[in-house]
Amino acid sequence: MTKSLSDIQTELLGTFFEEASEGLQQLEAGLLALEQAKSADPDTINDVFRAAHSIKGGAGSFGLNEVCALGHAMESMLEDFRSQRVAPNRESLAALLEGVDWLRNALDARLAGAALPIAEIEGFCQQLERLRGASGVSAEATPVVAAPRGGAFVVEFLPMPRILESGNEPVRLVRELVRMGHATVTTDISRLPVLADIDPTLCYLGWHIELEGPEVSATAIEEIFSWVDTDADLQITAQTPVEPPSPSTEVQQVAPAAAAVAINPAHEPKPPTAAPLASDSRAEGAIGSIRVGVDKIDLLMNMVGELVITQSMLGVIDDESRLDSRRIEQLREGLGLLARNTRSLQESVMRLRSVPISIVFSRFPRLVHDLGQQLGKQVELKVLGQTTEIDKTVVEKLGDPLVHLVRNSLDHGLETPELRRAAGKSEVGVIQISAYHHGGDVVVEVRDDGRGINRERVVQRARQLGLLGPNEAPPEDPIRDFIFAPGFSTAASVTDVSGRGVGMDVVRRNIRALGGDVFVETAVGKGTCISMRLPLTLAIIDGQIIRVGQHAYVVPLLSIIESVQVEPKRVSKFQGKRELYRLRDKLIPMIELGQVLGLHSWQHSEESLMMIVEADNAPVGLLVDELLAQQQVVVKSLETNYDRVPGLSGATILGDGSVAFILDTTAIGRLVRGVPGNGAHAA
Amino acid sequence: MAKIMTVDDSVSLRKLVASALQAAGHNVSEADSGQTALSVAQTTSFDLVISDLNMPGMDGLTLVGQLRKLPAYRSTPILILTTEMDPLKKQAAKAAGATGWLVKPFDPAQLLATIRKVLD
Repeated sequence: MTKSLSDIQTELLGTFFEEASEGLQQLEAGLLALEQAKSADPDTINDVFRAAHSIKGGAGSFGLNEVCALGHAMESMLEDFRSQRVAPNRESLAALLEGVDWLRNALDARLAGAALPIAEIEGFCQQLERLRGASGVSAEATPVVAAPRGGAFVVEFLPMPRILESGNEPVRLVRELVRMGHATVTTDISRLPVLADIDPTLCYLGWHIELEGPEVSATAIEEIFSWVDTDADLQITAQTPVEPPSPSTEVQQVAPAAAAVAINPAHEPKPPTAAPLASDSRAEGAIGSIRVGVDKIDLLMNMVGELVITQSMLGVIDDESRLDSRRIEQLREGLGLLARNTRSLQESVMRLRSVPISIVFSRFPRLVHDLGQQLGKQVELKVLGQTTEIDKTVVEKLGDPLVHLVRNSLDHGLETPELRRAAGKSEVGVIQISAYHHGGDVVVEVRDDGRGINRERVVQRARQLGLLGPNEAPPEDPIRDFIFAPGFSTAASVTDVSGRGVGMDVVRRNIRALGGDVFVETAVGKGTCISMRLPLTLAIIDGQIIRVGQHAYVVPLLSIIESVQVEPKRVSKFQGKRELYRLRDKLIPMIELGQVLGLHSWQHSEESLMMIVEADNAPVGLLVDELLAQQQVVVKSLETNYDRVPGLSGATILGDGSVAFILDTTAIGRLVRGVPGNGAHAA
Repeated sequence: MAKIMTVDDSVSLRKLVASALQAAGHNVSEADSGQTALSVAQTTSFDLVISDLNMPGMDGLTLVGQLRKLPAYRSTPILILTTEMDPLKKQAAKAAGATGWLVKPFDPAQLLATIRKVLD
């Protein structure tokens, strides 16, 4: 029994860690809000208190004593805020934020099965207590009650008639008492009325119990009656002189009350199996688990229900009788339904994999707060689009690049308050992180209102690094072309915060590995915006199948703006090479898709179709021969099966079993425009 | 074997309580909030309800008060699970109609021993 219970604890430890890390985020966010607001909003204080409280309660129940002790120390301080005994101030909030770090470290250490700095944690808890003391609240004394124990007692238990309304059943309490030792129970029926007058919701009985045994103590008896002390008359009388208690066991008895006792190193030795178990459960959690809202599961259930209905509908047709036109019609209808259901089911399953980006964003308020202080800069962080959902794998890999970009913005982008004032800007710099859907992609931006990237310095640095010859003319957009080069930094000095090792090249490599890309916009004196475009999911896309010559290709539906029949009078030839198409007063570059795809012998007819697609935020027209079906295609990677090919993002297998390439319109646009080294898949 | 409902917004703690009770052969339902618990209680009766005290939305004390208004729950044992040792909190719980309290952190074996006070 005991073993199976500890197994339960081990199994649920992973869930606890997940919850605790969410709680920590809440705690941190709340503390930062309190610090920024400079006034004590009771709701925020309550939230923060509850977060600390939950972590402490959970940690205690899972035997993570040091986490519990930390939680307790922080909770006590927060309780002072909550009861308005003390107002939060800079010092106490800083200490609590430090506590968040300690909690995080302690949890991480437990997860990794590593040793914990017990002494430091204890020191920190004491520091918190001292801080509380300094704020006018006396530090809690650990109650160590040494009560008489072992012996014989007489218990007079006379419940109030209404005791049953509290859910307490006196008979069960007496039964618990009797379990403790040898007992003689006498029931007092003097209050019992005649049968006709008995109200079944009232209690008329009383008990006189003589109790004796080694387990019997006044504390234990009081414990049993602790829930009814206001609902009953209770007298506990010791019968014989009691033996002096053994103090060590007594402290153990009251230990749950005093979390501070728990971190005493003397209590530290644990069963040697504890650490490996904890790390095992971490490994499990890290691989498999995803938290999914119930609504998503409900939707899925719904879809499956629909599928079952469709199946039974089709099942009716599947019998021996002749397939007449009426039945064929039924079959068609059923198949149509099946197609719809499959599609919705797929969307629902996809949604299971997607998580809100707030998982990544939530770490930034703290990061920006700490960095700002470290660098002596005043920063306001704005976070937009936290609920934007994105594939879990993408989210997980987005963290490091984002941290890098935010650090860059703070360190290199934002100026010091003095410089900002001199430039006529507000002393407080703004960093804005946002996420939103754009076409079939998710865009994540880091924007600052700092000094911007200086074009001249980029060119200068490019020459130093040999990226640009001494007499070579700089390209049209040096920032875009050089900033992503390995080892490129224009920072005057390497600071503690950024400018070391990892550069923009790593950011771009990571983002491209996810099938996305990075763009820079900057204006000197006004600020910089780095945006990352990421695909929603990596596995399935909606595709438009097109024919060029003899071959079928797939174009992602989301990149298509519109398709038009080419009218020769709207086509203008430019230097005989690139053709432009005038569409509603806009000139759109025309791309001979056949040429780009290497079908050289093949020419588009004068009046072929043109599909207008988006490439790098600018429309381009792709000349195609025919638009075939629209359908979902499963993306198969070319890299894993063959090799990376510029202009193609993958391949798929069509309904008839043939292989079709999936076009990467952005990369095709760049190939044609001749953007150096920037074809999305030609890095 | 008793029919027990546990109410807690924290999944890990709720499962810990539930699993411990299940291991002891009880039939356990879980509710993730006071509101859920209350709506379940409208149609289902339990031999014991164990609720967390601090929950977002409806807290444990409000839940107890609401449950006590339901005829089927007039004398159902309802225990409040809390880390707080504050005697005022206990009084408040009693005043709201709670049968008693369980103090976190708890050890599953200890939990089972404690609920014997309110279960057959």
